[in-house]
Amino acid sequence: MTTNALKSKSSTSGQAGDKIFSGTALAAGVLILVTLFAVAIFLLIQALPTFVADPADISGGEGFFAYIWPIVIGTVIAAAIALLIATPIGIGVALFISHFAPRKVAGPLGYVIDLLAAIPSVIYGAWGYMVLAPALVPIFEWLAANLGFIPIFAGPASQTGKTMFTAGIVLAVMVLPIITSLSREIFLQTPKLHEEAALALGATRWEMITMSVIPFARPGIISAVMLGLGRALGETMAVALVLSTGNLIPSLIKSGNQTIAAEIALNFPEAFGLRLAELIAAGLVLFLITLIVNMIARGIIARHKEFSGAN
Amino acid sequence: MKLNRFGSAAAVLSVAALALTACGSDNPTAAAGSESASNSAASGVTGTLTGVGASSQNSAMEAWITGFKAENADANVQYSPDGSGAGREAFLAGGAQFAGSDAYLKPEEATKAKEVCGPEGAFNIPAYVSPIAIAFNLEGVEEINMDAATIAKVFKKEITKWNDEAIAKQNPDVELPDTAITVVHRNDESGTTENFVEYLKAAAGDVWDYDVSGDWPSDIQSENAKGTSGVVSTTTSTDGAITYADFSAVGKLSTVNVKVGEEYTKISAEAAAKALETATPVKDAAEIDLALDLERDTTEAGTYPIVLVSYHIFCSSYKDQATVDLVKAFGNYVISDAGQKTAQESAGNAPISAAISEKAAKSIDGITVAK
Repeated sequence: MTTNALKSKSSTSGQAGDKIFSGTALAAGVLILVTLFAVAIFLLIQALPTFVADPADISGGEGFFAYIWPIVIGTVIAAAIALLIATPIGIGVALFISHFAPRKVAGPLGYVIDLLAAIPSVIYGAWGYMVLAPALVPIFEWLAANLGFIPIFAGPASQTGKTMFTAGIVLAVMVLPIITSLSREIFLQTPKLHEEAALALGATRWEMITMSVIPFARPGIISAVMLGLGRALGETMAVALVLSTGNLIPSLIKSGNQTIAAEIALNFPEAFGLRLAELIAAGLVLFLITLIVNMIARGIIARHKEFSGAN
Repeated sequence: MKLNRFGSAAAVLSVAALALTACGSDNPTAAAGSESASNSAASGVTGTLTGVGASSQNSAMEAWITGFKAENADANVQYSPDGSGAGREAFLAGGAQFAGSDAYLKPEEATKAKEVCGPEGAFNIPAYVSPIAIAFNLEGVEEINMDAATIAKVFKKEITKWNDEAIAKQNPDVELPDTAITVVHRNDESGTTENFVEYLKAAAGDVWDYDVSGDWPSDIQSENAKGTSGVVSTTTSTDGAITYADFSAVGKLSTVNVKVGEEYTKISAEAAAKALETATPVKDAAEIDLALDLERDTTEAGTYPIVLVSYHIFCSSYKDQATVDLVKAFGNYVISDAGQKTAQESAGNAPISAAISEKAAKSIDGITVAK
């Protein structure tokens, strides 16, 4: 009797639980799509006046495309500098924590890196323009004097250090914890058997890493980098504070260039009418760029799946 | 909805930035509280007044609101610093009872105001006056004299060295170093930029051939930073840098004496207030309207012409008595001695003169209930 009652009760409650759980999971999944869709619709509607307006009325007076492309390039340059610096460092730190550091060091170091992600971007921005930028001035001057023939280091160097290069470095520090902690988790998941087999075959530790850890972790590293890229593309406050904005120029050590997110943040508070529509259209462009970047990343991961070694 | 949220987030941030720059200021509540006894005529009003407008007067507005609420416990004022243009737009659409704006209503806006405010339309009251300093960081130099054309050439980057002939000639007693001039301007749209370039255009139009706007002319590629605090801190950390910023925020930077007439005027709240007195009322404006055209190229000695004037725009009539009382009480508080003093303590602006305050009080007292 009692066992029967218990059984039926638990099975019915189990079914109800299943239903509730699958229902909430479905709702959560749908909600995220609805949110994304709503954002896209909002951007489209609010940006619409920009696309129907007389090109002469758009900032710069030559239409929306002429207005947007320099800041699109600027956004990409800033993110590219950030990833070029942060990716090797991030992977290196992750490998050190997962495979080289003694256990006593590895734990605390991981926490410290994760803490970097908790610092608000305004603080990074303030640090960037108060401490980092003045400190980089002599380096920029040296670059302008000795490597000035390369367009990206063309002088005269900025006297304040508030340049694209500085902004890129600040962004690199900001995306570092994302790349590091994701890569670290992936590296730790490498099957022990693979590692031990490599070592048993006489591989050095470095060879073991290149033979078993890296191939296994490659899709994970790519998604970590892409998540970092997402942050770098969308980062607003740090760039707005650090960068001395201006027209698009090739030199990274002069004042100039602008990113979409910073352009929006700097002009939004006083914008109204068509200017507001322009800024929202810029936001739409950033939204599309992020979407495309993520789709490319998905594609890469899907292609590398079979080599992951997990199967 | 989302837009509003983002707007308010941005507003909170900018307020925070302003608060940081003005960290030396006292709590305005104390100052207002001590004045409350002298200004009891305004008490007894209830309700909520909504204003939208310029962020330039935001820190003063916060002080006014705190002070006003200390006197009128049942009244509330909300001010959303969305920008001058947004403020005028909201006001004309009936979404706000008053607007804060760095520019007075344009003629076509004044016409449109008659739809919301009744046949008498709306009127502008100068409420917030702030001198804009031309501040620089040059080792060993405390003060420098410049005329308008020189200032325009420096900011246009035509003069690139501190010991340039044009500067040296006006400063025979100063030993000028051979340092490069680094121009630092605002990279966010701002009323400070707009008023500064308006001065350059008016006083040195043959050098400064750019349009007047809140955005720095994009043809001039130079260093820049976000907000008043940004340009001041960048200038402070760079030898040879020059910028323009609210006088209250320049800190230990040196300031340029601007040539007016035959003399060089040092920046001060008094000299800025004088610029308002010499300003001419806008042509064809109604008598109650105190919109002013500043004489940027004035030759009157002792006047400091680079001044930001931010207005409060009110309707000449409101739909019910409660709103009229509330608007009158708040409008009068802002232009009263107590109100201007409170704002000055918190925002460092220059107080409006007694003459203007008197005229403004007359205009505000003329607000009536719509028929």
